[in-house]
Amino acid sequence: MKKIKHIVFWLIVIGLILLLFSSHVIAEDVFQHQRLELVNIIKVNVVSTRAFLDRGALDERVLDAIGKVPRHEFVPDDQRPYAYENKPLPIGYGQTISQPYIVAIMTDLLKPKKTDRVLEIGTGSGYQAAILAELVDSVYTIEIIEELAATAAGNLKRTGYNSVHTQTGDGYYGWETAAPFDGIIVTAVASHIPPPLIKQLKPGGRMMIPVGGQFIMQYLTLVIKDFDNKVTTRQIIPVRFVPLTGKH
Amino acid sequence: MTTKPGLPLLFAIAVISASALAYEILLMRLFSIIQWHHFAYMIISLALLGYGVSGVFLALNRDRLSHGFPWAIMTNMLLFSFSAPTCFLLAQQIPFNPAEILWTPVQFLYLCNIYLILTLPFFFAANVIGLSFYHYKEQVSAIYAADLSGAGLGSVGVILLLFLMFPEQILTVLVLSGILATLIVSAFAFRGQHVDTSHWTIACIVIGVTVIFAPTGWITLAISPYKSESQLLLIPGTKVIDRLSSPLGLISVVKTALTPLRHAPGLSINATTEPPEQLAVFTDADNMTAITRYNGKPETVSYLEQTTSALPYHLKQHADILILGAGTGSDILGANSHAIKHIDAVELNPQIIDLVKEKYADFAGRIYSSANVNLHVDEARGFVATSNKTYDLINISLLDAFGASAGLYSLAENYLYTEQAIQDYLQHLGLGGYLSITRWIKIPPRDEPKLLATVVNALKRANIEQPGQRIMMIRSWQTSTLIVKNGVISLDEINRLKQFCSERSFDPVYYPGITDAEVNRFNIQSQPYLYEAATALLGNQGKAFIENYKFNIKPATDDKPYFFHFFKWQTLPEIFTLLDSGGIFLLESGYLLLIAALLQAIIASLLLIALPLRLWKSNLGITNLSGTDLHLPEGRQAGKPDVKPESGSHLRILVYFFCLGLAFLFIEIAFIQKFILILHHPLYAITVVLSTFLLTAGAGSYFSEKLSRSPLKPVIMLPVAVISLLGISYSLGFESIAGFLLKTGYLGRYLFSILLIAPLGFCMGMPFPMALAKISQTTPALIPWIWGINGCASVISAILATLIAMQFGFTVLIFLAIALYCVAAWCFPDLAIES
Repeated sequence: MKKIKHIVFWLIVIGLILLLFSSHVIAEDVFQHQRLELVNIIKVNVVSTRAFLDRGALDERVLDAIGKVPRHEFVPDDQRPYAYENKPLPIGYGQTISQPYIVAIMTDLLKPKKTDRVLEIGTGSGYQAAILAELVDSVYTIEIIEELAATAAGNLKRTGYNSVHTQTGDGYYGWETAAPFDGIIVTAVASHIPPPLIKQLKPGGRMMIPVGGQFIMQYLTLVIKDFDNKVTTRQIIPVRFVPLTGKH
Repeated sequence: MTTKPGLPLLFAIAVISASALAYEILLMRLFSIIQWHHFAYMIISLALLGYGVSGVFLALNRDRLSHGFPWAIMTNMLLFSFSAPTCFLLAQQIPFNPAEILWTPVQFLYLCNIYLILTLPFFFAANVIGLSFYHYKEQVSAIYAADLSGAGLGSVGVILLLFLMFPEQILTVLVLSGILATLIVSAFAFRGQHVDTSHWTIACIVIGVTVIFAPTGWITLAISPYKSESQLLLIPGTKVIDRLSSPLGLISVVKTALTPLRHAPGLSINATTEPPEQLAVFTDADNMTAITRYNGKPETVSYLEQTTSALPYHLKQHADILILGAGTGSDILGANSHAIKHIDAVELNPQIIDLVKEKYADFAGRIYSSANVNLHVDEARGFVATSNKTYDLINISLLDAFGASAGLYSLAENYLYTEQAIQDYLQHLGLGGYLSITRWIKIPPRDEPKLLATVVNALKRANIEQPGQRIMMIRSWQTSTLIVKNGVISLDEINRLKQFCSERSFDPVYYPGITDAEVNRFNIQSQPYLYEAATALLGNQGKAFIENYKFNIKPATDDKPYFFHFFKWQTLPEIFTLLDSGGIFLLESGYLLLIAALLQAIIASLLLIALPLRLWKSNLGITNLSGTDLHLPEGRQAGKPDVKPESGSHLRILVYFFCLGLAFLFIEIAFIQKFILILHHPLYAITVVLSTFLLTAGAGSYFSEKLSRSPLKPVIMLPVAVISLLGISYSLGFESIAGFLLKTGYLGRYLFSILLIAPLGFCMGMPFPMALAKISQTTPALIPWIWGINGCASVISAILATLIAMQFGFTVLIFLAIALYCVAAWCFPDLAIES
């Protein structure tokens, strides 16, 4: 009897040790599963919004990037359980990590190509930069809030996105030494589109500006510089909604 | 043996009442600063349910508390005194974030916690008054008079204090006022009644002195990190260099030492210049504007030429212009580039003017002291109504923050963009003059189509046959500017508009003869929304367009001044299906919050009024079966029902007091809004009208004692008849009254307004104590329960009044209130005499 107890005891100990070692793998597996579910939700939402986005589906590469970047690594610990819900999350300092659906749309509207050079103004937690890093060769990101910049740089390094160039400071003048850019995302609130950023956009380049508050985005502004350097903007609401119905 | 309440007790009751009302107004200010205005409104309305809770609490414990009246009353006064600041400081520590409420359910829990915490101070204050009603049941009119008069003085007092101190410092004043009330009661109220309260007096003096000398620097406001001031302060080298308090808002000036502010809303995408150095100015930690450094050379602020609001200056040369909402002066800077001979600049907030004109005058280039600028501290609409001048241009640029057009301010009345306001502006334009209104672009559009509809209606009312010949509109990616001309727009003006737009990549929205091809070229929308709106509204199908539009774009009027109320029930199901996919911005949350607040208030009231009625009937005094009522009136026997069970009399009492609770605030709220149009300044109008109502109602209550002695039921008809007569006359003859008062000058307007309100308030103060006096003779045990009914009805009333005004207008609200008074008169309690 004593021997059986002994065996049971050691079995429990070994089980606990195994569980401890495998918990990381199990958690990763759970997160991976949640990420794929999130991608499916985004796909469904995009289908219902296709008329507004001028396309029936997002670029598969963008969806792959969403499915690959560990969003849970870019949110504070207390927000990890919600990392794969399709909603914005607070990351401290009055800032948020955007709703994944909006991240997907903004990234897709930039039409990123592998060889592109993209600038982000407002690094936040680094999640958008990581998504971009999955898609293009060169990502430059600037954050003005020192603490956030440090956290984001740490997040990017920890998750292996070492190629992302980070800088702490004022994004108004862009990144002169790395300009021009094929794409620019301005996630920091601006009262106007900074002229230096338009200047640093390549002919044929696209700039994305979400307009609205931290948790509620109002609409997206897409700035396009054509090959004649003529600049136009497009205002896009990310949902299928027409303010007017019926005939007049 | 209960004696008459002495003057000291009545005075102490008035102090507590004043403090409770001051606390209510102060909480509105504090929550508008740390959170947002609409949530402040919701939180405070529901916290007032503390009055309802007090009713139930007193009903169930009335005799025990009345027995130890001195002790109970002083304890509640002290508890109010300490809970007022403590509860606020606790509530602001709760990490409630309104913007997250639809994403994170736990936010509802936070919100409920804030309600519950803030209910406490009102509960204690209500206990003081309710218990006094019960204890001195023969003298209810005197107590009610003290309560109302105190509230009237409190409303004036807190407005004065807000000019003198920062809002968080006023919390200390409330502590002291509570202690003062307790001190008065302990030292003077029970003299000669064999009640030893000396230790209370000593304790009050010691605590009071401690509070006066205790450091208060630790009381700071925990402003939401999501407000724009908090966000700016995160930028290195940024600091607050000035803070000013007034009831119009907490102003802070922020200097950005390392990173320039660069506030230039609506700047063209073609712009190459950037603004010079600026200081940020926040009102209530939000609504940012900027004081721009100016050295007298217009070329240094040439960025202003790259905004849509510069259009009217490029159509022709103006000599005399009016700028409404001059604020920190950017519109004046814009005008300076065009050598305007004379500018009348109107700004409501004197502290903003003081910043630009005095404190930062050198920085701002002394623009408000320029020889060509005439500065007026006035409300925009009021200035126009009393001015006889005509102008070449009346300019209103972004005269509310972006937040206002983001669905958050739908509950706030706004008299700037009503049909009557537009008519007023147009009447002050010289021949060929322009009215120019610049607003934020919103997608899908709400403000701009509503403004267009309002302008078209105003022009039609002015018998302009072809409004389309007088309107021009352009837009950038961020702002739109609408111009209405006093005259037909010429070909030259159209050509200038086209050139202005083409140089700046702005899109024309409308001008006479515009074609489809011109409207969506630079700032491309999935549909040219505004062009479609303009052509529909100017054509024959304007009404159908408004009906079918998914947001409410019916023009606002002075009777329904809710320009930012865009909510439509028909659109709600569609928006709900889009919430998950980023459609949350479509939700006009302000209106829904009001509905949510009303539902919560109704549910809470049912719990507080109906549940006790069901569960504790005998304890409430509805049936006196236990025979424990120690205060049975003469001639009544223990064990005999006060109100015959199932007789429905308690229902009549409920209806009577509920109707009064609703009607009193309906009239008060409606007339505050009506008189804003006469007195113009919203702050002074609210203070004068509210305090006049409360003070005269207090006097009416005191006088009602004489009427109450009459054994006749028709005696209630007297005040109700006067209320009805005055209410109907004022609302039907309002335009004539306003026309007359506007001619009487500043002082005359206020004096006549007080004279008009006083008799109404006087009569409105009577029905409550008259009925209470009757009940105190027959079923005094019901008094606390009635106090609870009154509290609950007041909470529901404030919310319901806004909803009714939004839907039907203030005139309907007044008539509804009169109907409620009539219902109350019909139920007037000879009620309880059925035994």
